[in-house]
Amino acid sequence: MADSIQLTVNGDVYALTASPWKRLLDALREDLRLTGTKEGCGEGECGACTVLLDGVPVNSCLVAVGQCGGRAVTTVEGLARRADGETILHAVQRELVARGGAQCGICTPGIAVCAAHVIDAGRLAAGAAARPQARELLAGNICRCTGYQLIVDAVVAAAGATGGAKR
Amino acid sequence: MSTFVGQGVPRVDGVAKVTGAARYLDDLDLPGAWHGVTVRSTIAHGTFDGLDLDPGFDWSRVTVVTADRFTWGPGRAGGGLGSNHVALIEDDQPALVPPGGTIRHVAEPLALIAAPTRALALAARAAARPRQTARPPVLTIDDALRAEVKLRGDDNVFKSFLIRKGHADDDELDVAMASAARIVEGTYETGAQEQMYIEPQAMAAWLEAGVVKVVGSMQCPYYVHKAMKALLGCAGDDVVIAQTVTGGGFGGKEEYPSMLAAHCVLLTRAAGVPIKMIYDRAEDIAATTKRHPARVHHRLGLRADGSIAAIDVEVIMDGGAYLTLSPVVLSRGVLHAAGPYRCDVVRIRGRVVATNHPPHGAFRGFGAPQTTFAYERQIDKAARLSGADPWTYRDRHALRLGDTTATGQRLESSVGTDEVVQAIRAAAGDPPERLGVNAHGAPVRRGRGLAFYFHGAGFTGSGEQRLAGRASVAARADGRFDVLASSTDIGQGATTIFTQIAATALGVPVDRVRVADPSTDEVPDSGPTVASRTCMVVGGLVERAARRVRERLAAGEDPAGVVETVQYEPPPGIQWDDATYTGSAYPCYGWAGCLVDVEVDLDTREVTLLRCVHAVDVGKAINPVIVTGQIEGGTVQALGWALLEHIVYKDGRVANANMTNCIVPTFADVPELETIIVECPYPYGPSGAKGVGEIPMDGPAAAVANALEDALGVPFDRIPVLPEDISRALG
Repeated sequence: MADSIQLTVNGDVYALTASPWKRLLDALREDLRLTGTKEGCGEGECGACTVLLDGVPVNSCLVAVGQCGGRAVTTVEGLARRADGETILHAVQRELVARGGAQCGICTPGIAVCAAHVIDAGRLAAGAAARPQARELLAGNICRCTGYQLIVDAVVAAAGATGGAKR
Repeated sequence: MSTFVGQGVPRVDGVAKVTGAARYLDDLDLPGAWHGVTVRSTIAHGTFDGLDLDPGFDWSRVTVVTADRFTWGPGRAGGGLGSNHVALIEDDQPALVPPGGTIRHVAEPLALIAAPTRALALAARAAARPRQTARPPVLTIDDALRAEVKLRGDDNVFKSFLIRKGHADDDELDVAMASAARIVEGTYETGAQEQMYIEPQAMAAWLEAGVVKVVGSMQCPYYVHKAMKALLGCAGDDVVIAQTVTGGGFGGKEEYPSMLAAHCVLLTRAAGVPIKMIYDRAEDIAATTKRHPARVHHRLGLRADGSIAAIDVEVIMDGGAYLTLSPVVLSRGVLHAAGPYRCDVVRIRGRVVATNHPPHGAFRGFGAPQTTFAYERQIDKAARLSGADPWTYRDRHALRLGDTTATGQRLESSVGTDEVVQAIRAAAGDPPERLGVNAHGAPVRRGRGLAFYFHGAGFTGSGEQRLAGRASVAARADGRFDVLASSTDIGQGATTIFTQIAATALGVPVDRVRVADPSTDEVPDSGPTVASRTCMVVGGLVERAARRVRERLAAGEDPAGVVETVQYEPPPGIQWDDATYTGSAYPCYGWAGCLVDVEVDLDTREVTLLRCVHAVDVGKAINPVIVTGQIEGGTVQALGWALLEHIVYKDGRVANANMTNCIVPTFADVPELETIIVECPYPYGPSGAKGVGEIPMDGPAAAVANALEDALGVPFDRIPVLPEDISRALG
């Protein structure tokens, strides 16, 4: 049975008519045509489908859209902002490009979303502790291309650039 | 003149990938497309007796096809199809096993179903039940060699190779081995490995103005093109293959996409609508190719001074149910099996056998990681036996300029041994404290392991000449330039480095160069995107074509219409004899060294990687950031293969076909990587560049096993080394 579900995605309010059991991942990709969020495994292991639900990272393949009524979702499409007609990338997006943290790119949206949360929530300490902390906090996102080193470089650099606080 | 070569130019596709704008196959709008799914066998060996359709299901809403639905043979011109095979080296693998045909593994495609929605297609699949008659399967290398059940000829051997250096026959080899002061002998086993690209296999096909169009996630559009021409029995112009943004390949999207393309094409023909097929993770792990499991028996005959008098290697790989690329994988495996060490008497024998596993296939390293694991365990044991420091031992006996390889190839240029040896020595520092206590209060033991290895860049022997790859550079009227090549960017950065190479050769800024999307109706066949050849070989073609375009423009020609296409020309001095397997196996080699420090928790037997230093000679890093990413990505795949990645076959089926149980390294599993780029230029590569894609996969697993032996004092000759293996070894 289809329900009417109202949720906010990247600041825009949407009213969906969908089965409440539909995966949030599918609602985003099929109903809203926000295809930046990727499916890598469908079982919550790879993290490619990571989005923020009320500011907390979740695997959108494991969340039913019926759980999202009245809540706010942030996808990779919502990380950058528009200002004066220009797209301003989130600091971690800029650093991922600059430091080679994206290769094939299929895991990158999930990593960018999770890393942006880690940075914006001020969860990375300054100094040497930042790198192991970043590894722990991002361990739910699998990348098969990079060996992770350049991603950690990008996350730590972005946290440093933003003072570990809001962009 | 400005050069972009050697600069860490940001990836041209970087912003699209970090913003989610990059469109992979599943992200495309394909109006009217139906979803295709596959009905597969459930037995490892037997007969497909037919497909039962549950009468309770409404079949009018879906399209179901088995192979007998089509008319095979007459080809497109004759109103039918061509051959029911996935054309590759040999036409032994059917696109669909026909009713009455032989089932050779547990994931054979028996039927295809298309429906307007994926849910309906899956419901139909659940209502379709193949009838099968089981026969005894062959599930191990030993069973295959016993040949009581015959899958291939009389001996179940797909392909064998024999390399001899410095001896005429087996008796002479025995004499040389008998003259050795000591013999180091061991058997080394390496497991299957899943590529685990994060984007599963994905493809779509439709008919467009009489032309069959296939788009999808792939490494080699012209491989798929060849396979579709054979399947359809049509001319090259009747089918167009285009790559979409591809979420990783690592070899796993070298040959398998031809199978998926065949299924999409058959379904679009039967259903009359566009078809898309995207595997879920379970199907992808269960049905697609993996690294060949291998068993290598290795003997080193040492003189009293520790030098190597004779090497004798026997390599056996499990090829799985069909030939696919196994002969070429085995070839690369045996060609690397003696290692980069001086020795005048070498015998290498190799066989790849047929079993009832799903076909094993291409995976980064392509046979070399299996034999590298064996020889670098052996060299480590030889160093121990000789009482030498393991790195000094390697330094003393490694190949250098003027030395000859196992195939008698004299190394004339670009041998990075000295630089790699020195780089590792400079970075090494002190080994870890041998005993200690970890953060959980558990006693630990620590150790250090090393490995040194080489990897041939480009196709084997005369392969590049046979391929005769081509690439073009075209000037446009608006002052921009197009690079036209069939090399795909699968994350490794091909598009960006081609842009850098072309812009530098043309003398223009990088933003004036565009690399065309690889589509077979727009780009020439540059050869496949495999074998560490894209930068060295195709990059070289791009450089030559760009230079010619520049010369013509400098001569005053109107840019519109200036196009240069160049074809591969072998460098001088390359001679190879396929009959005797002697000569220049590869135009050049990359060289690498790896140092790994490990810590073993004696309570849990868990292994922690403390350090991993990797020095790789790439000739010239066209883009140091991208090269670093290539090295580090390969390193972590190799570390995972050594310690975590375990394909569990049970009755011929992958028992752990999911990412929960078939694990790969996470951020938290790997140490801070210390990557050193070494540059010993190759005179015939673009700006001196040679291959980098595969070599980082070859050696780290041996370094890990060597470190574990150093830490625990017992040998580890089989990977992955799991905690239970450590428990058993410690007794």
